Amino acid sequence: MDLARRTAERVARDSYGRLVAILSARTRDIASAEDALAEALLSALRTWPDRGVPANPDGWLLTAARNTMKNAARHDGVTRAALPDLLALRENASEDGPAFPDERLKLLFVCAHPAIDEGVRTPLMLQTILGLDAALIGAAFLVPPATMGQRLVRAKAKIRDAGLRFALPSLDEMSDRLAEVLDAVYAAYGAGWDAHDQPASSARGLTDEAIYLGRLIASLMPGQPEAAGLLALMLYCEARRDARRDASGAFVPLDRQDASLWRRDLIIEAEGLLTAASRFGQFGRYQCLAAIQSVHVQRPLTGRTHHDALLTLYRMLVERYPAIGARVGLAAVLVEAGRGREALRELDDLDQASVEDYQPYWVTRARALHAVCETGASRAALATAIDLTQDEPTRAFIRSLLNHSAPYAPG
Amino acid sequence: MQYMLLLNEPEAEFAKRNDPEQAPAYWGGWNAFIGAMAQAGIIVKGDGLQGPHTATTVKVRDGKRLVQDGPFADSKEQLGGYFVIEVPDLDTALDWAARAPSASYACVEVRPVLPPMAPPAG
Repeated sequence: MDLARRTAERVARDSYGRLVAILSARTRDIASAEDALAEALLSALRTWPDRGVPANPDGWLLTAARNTMKNAARHDGVTRAALPDLLALRENASEDGPAFPDERLKLLFVCAHPAIDEGVRTPLMLQTILGLDAALIGAAFLVPPATMGQRLVRAKAKIRDAGLRFALPSLDEMSDRLAEVLDAVYAAYGAGWDAHDQPASSARGLTDEAIYLGRLIASLMPGQPEAAGLLALMLYCEARRDARRDASGAFVPLDRQDASLWRRDLIIEAEGLLTAASRFGQFGRYQCLAAIQSVHVQRPLTGRTHHDALLTLYRMLVERYPAIGARVGLAAVLVEAGRGREALRELDDLDQASVEDYQPYWVTRARALHAVCETGASRAALATAIDLTQDEPTRAFIRSLLNHSAPYAPG
Repeated sequence: MQYMLLLNEPEAEFAKRNDPEQAPAYWGGWNAFIGAMAQAGIIVKGDGLQGPHTATTVKVRDGKRLVQDGPFADSKEQLGGYFVIEVPDLDTALDWAARAPSASYACVEVRPVLPPMAPPAG
């Protein structure tokens, strides 16, 4: 019974995005497609655990959604715009007929369309592809459920009313548009990762959802090395999850983590993805970030962190994508490589207004100052870092650095 | 679907319209853009507008009519013209909007046109 229910839920989740994508492709009306599917899924979760998952779950759900929409149409006295699509699909698919074309990629590109507000792209993906509800998504992005619900409704109305194209971008647009899709997936992973620092948060599951999306995109776009790069990056981070806290919940920086707690299966998968991606010979941000992770996970094998490799990768990253995070990362590696003065120069070069509230900047600055024996200034920078840290175990970790002279690295 | 391209212009561009030195290049750019849309057969309607110095606003408050000189908002860019085009989706409309001369020095707003209202029941 439990197994049947879990199977039902897993299949239902997979089918959800697939069917929303098919149902909304022509009408662009995501909300109506979702309403009909929600009903269909409810009856699936009621009947599948008892009767077993049908051979063609999509066909089953489509039939159920069609019935729901027929009833809705009868109630409204209006034929819903999506009904012809359902009928057409119904004719092409019996319960054990062939699988439908996977239209989820098109829906992903619509969700991350430049005409959609950047802040709602990730929530929109989580809802339309995975069926997550606004309350859970709101919790992950620290937005009240009602507000998140309104943003999602607004975004779907824009997609329908402004007539966004449900199609894959042309070749010359592909790399920019794909970057937007991948950024939205990575934002979901980041939100889930942050939530792991708050044990009670319901957003922790988002890391799994983001990896699910990452796998989906990588499998649907085997010719795009950046898709594989993003998936590899998330898997490397995921592999180290259990090693980030000790038994008391205290933060453990990367270079002090117990490597036996790292998940080898995920690391092996990530290494394979990154190797395959590199054969395309196209530099990309996510491949580069994944390669940096790859260097870090070599430590248990070689017994040391390969700082030269890290510096090369960070320099490549900073040259193409000079984001604050990457530049501070470069400075942190310089500190670890014993090049405190260079690290300070990198940090001084940053636009000071944009790093004011950026905690990693202050931690790295403190370490760089410490390395060049400017103890007073180092302590002041650490105090700023502590003020900017919400998470108690991490605050405790930073505080401990004040009385500590050994080198340390961020996790 | 029908989309309106709202073509905004900064003051300096409006000034080029009547400057004998700059007017040919100014109008040449617009004519090329409009010609391309006409060739593609997508123009439903469209016009250029006279400059913001010719604008007058009117509002009625408590039954009283208030007329004022100037456009409704005093911003750096002002509406200089519009086109309504018939294209399959927003993406295509944006492709056309990006080809407007003003897209490279000001911005073009793209809005779907409301579909015709259903006739009142009864």
